[in-house]
Amino acid sequence: MSALAEGMGRVFGREVPGLLALLALTVVAFGLTSPQFLSVANFDSIGFQLPDLGLLSLAMLAPIIAGGINLAIIATANLSGLTLAWILNMNGGPQAGVLAFIVGVAAALAVGGASGAAMGVTIAYFGAHPILASLAMMIFLKGLGEFLTRGGDISGFPAFLGELGHGVILGVPVTMLVFTAAAIVWHVLLSRTRHGFSVAMIGSNPRASEYSGIHVRRSLTLVYALSGVMCALAGILMLTEFNSVRVGHGEALLLVTVLACFLGGVDPFGGFGRVAPVFVSLLILQTLSSGLNLLGANQHLSTAVWGLFLIAVMVLRSGTPALRALFESIRR
Amino acid sequence: MRDYLRTHEGEVRLFVVLAALTLFLGFASPIFLSAGNLASLLNNNAVNVIWAVGLLVVLIAGGIDISFAVGASVAQYLTALALHAVGGGNWIVGLLFAGVFGITIGCVNAALIAGFRIISIVATIATFNALFGLLMFTTSGKSIYDLPDWWTDRVAVASLGAGGALTLPVAGMVAAMAATWFLISRTTTGRQIYAFGDNPEGARRAGVATVKIQFIAYGWLGLMGGVGGLMQVNLAQEVVPNALIGRELDVLAAVVLGGARLGGGRGSVFGCFLGVLLVAVLQNGLNLLGVSPYAFKMLIGLTILAAISFSNFDLGALLTGGARRRGDVGIS
Repeated sequence: MSALAEGMGRVFGREVPGLLALLALTVVAFGLTSPQFLSVANFDSIGFQLPDLGLLSLAMLAPIIAGGINLAIIATANLSGLTLAWILNMNGGPQAGVLAFIVGVAAALAVGGASGAAMGVTIAYFGAHPILASLAMMIFLKGLGEFLTRGGDISGFPAFLGELGHGVILGVPVTMLVFTAAAIVWHVLLSRTRHGFSVAMIGSNPRASEYSGIHVRRSLTLVYALSGVMCALAGILMLTEFNSVRVGHGEALLLVTVLACFLGGVDPFGGFGRVAPVFVSLLILQTLSSGLNLLGANQHLSTAVWGLFLIAVMVLRSGTPALRALFESIRR
Repeated sequence: MRDYLRTHEGEVRLFVVLAALTLFLGFASPIFLSAGNLASLLNNNAVNVIWAVGLLVVLIAGGIDISFAVGASVAQYLTALALHAVGGGNWIVGLLFAGVFGITIGCVNAALIAGFRIISIVATIATFNALFGLLMFTTSGKSIYDLPDWWTDRVAVASLGAGGALTLPVAGMVAAMAATWFLISRTTTGRQIYAFGDNPEGARRAGVATVKIQFIAYGWLGLMGGVGGLMQVNLAQEVVPNALIGRELDVLAAVVLGGARLGGGRGSVFGCFLGVLLVAVLQNGLNLLGVSPYAFKMLIGLTILAAISFSNFDLGALLTGGARRRGDVGIS
């Protein structure tokens, strides 16, 4: 058992076994208190709610590992969604064909990537602080979206988009499959490629990376560009799920994505962080939310519990020496 | 004077930009320099300035706080309930309540950050979610309109001319600025806050009580949050639990625009004031020039992006292609 945990820790990060135990604990606790919790319908609803938050958390994860942050993820996702909506509407709205959708998706991904790249250039080449640069980018992109839509929402899309947003393949929601695939790609990119290595090194120590021959500025720009592409994917999924696009949609998720990353043991100073523990943290957050929902609480209580949960985990994890010793002795 | 120019380059630059903008708007729009317009500019931005100088102290101490606007909402709501319970009260009682609630919330943040060594951005994102969720859950999002008369009555404290009355929030702003200036520039504690923000370990070895400093910094922001919340009710005439959410990022952008450094050790009250004012004047100017309101956010975002790019931009280094001294790319 402990060998299994160790092996999992080596491949996916040492936070994973502990988080999985926490997830199991949550599932059991809610399973005992609420009879509907262990039903198929409930796991279905988790599967439908998770992907948006999940993709956005992935988009948040990479910049944090690089020692930065991307506060513009929601704005980028919204603007990319708008791009797709615009191209669909140009091609007949509800009558738009698959080709228009493919072109629209490509354009949306390009817009997301370009927004991210612009932010990356501001951070890497102009030396702006990531919090500030992404904050300004958020205000700008949100403003651009408001300017283009006049604050309204765009809807009226072809019916086959609903198949994507609400469809199921072999019992698994399509959006969940997209998110899982994206998570695997992200995992490989960040832990198995040269770029992923550069990102972690830059997050640990930018100057040492520079002296070791890593092209710091180019790598940083690329991280933010890829983060933008991931946001675009989230924006596209959101469009297919809600069948409409509006600036400001999903804004409440911004800080939750940061929360999911930190819960997954990502180092806030950069350099360390993996996809798998963040994936498990997302499952925990969504499970907490669904469980509380079944017990009759609303989304606001879930938000509060998420926050308190993060505080509890951080207190246990990085707490005072006495608490830390206690925590270590439990883990042994 | 020459010393000031040398040590406060950011503030001077910002002042020149603001002066040029004011001059331009003065010529371009006859209304801009009217007493009524200037007074409403100050009245409507007084609360942001109060929060900005509070946040400034935390930034100087090397921290960051995302939760202060939510904290202000909680303090505002509790103050309204407490005043109802004591049967009305007056400004002194109101300030006392709002101040105590605000300081308490600030101290919770400080306890997490200094006591449990949780990184400030993680801790305050957690408290943001916890406080916001609990506030919305316990109040069911209900607004309070039945407020004591003294709280909602307009009080003119000074006049800029015909139709240009400055109201009580402006007096609060001036008091907050003066108190913060006194704290950070004229007391030993203030010097210790700068020292701690610039080099925590160095300050600790020099005998600075680091835990106390952090409690003072976050407590001060809590106090300013509470006072700002109290003043905001005087403007808005109502207590809406989610009205202040989102303001934290605008204020943060303005404070950093005003020369405070994320990472600690730098920043001034005057710079803060200029940062808030620049965003406000820009928005006001765009409005007067007849630009579509939907374009405001976009242009403001663009301005902040340009400002942060050029304030860090070193033209010489780019031309020679040499490795230039980079700013810290991490979050603190």
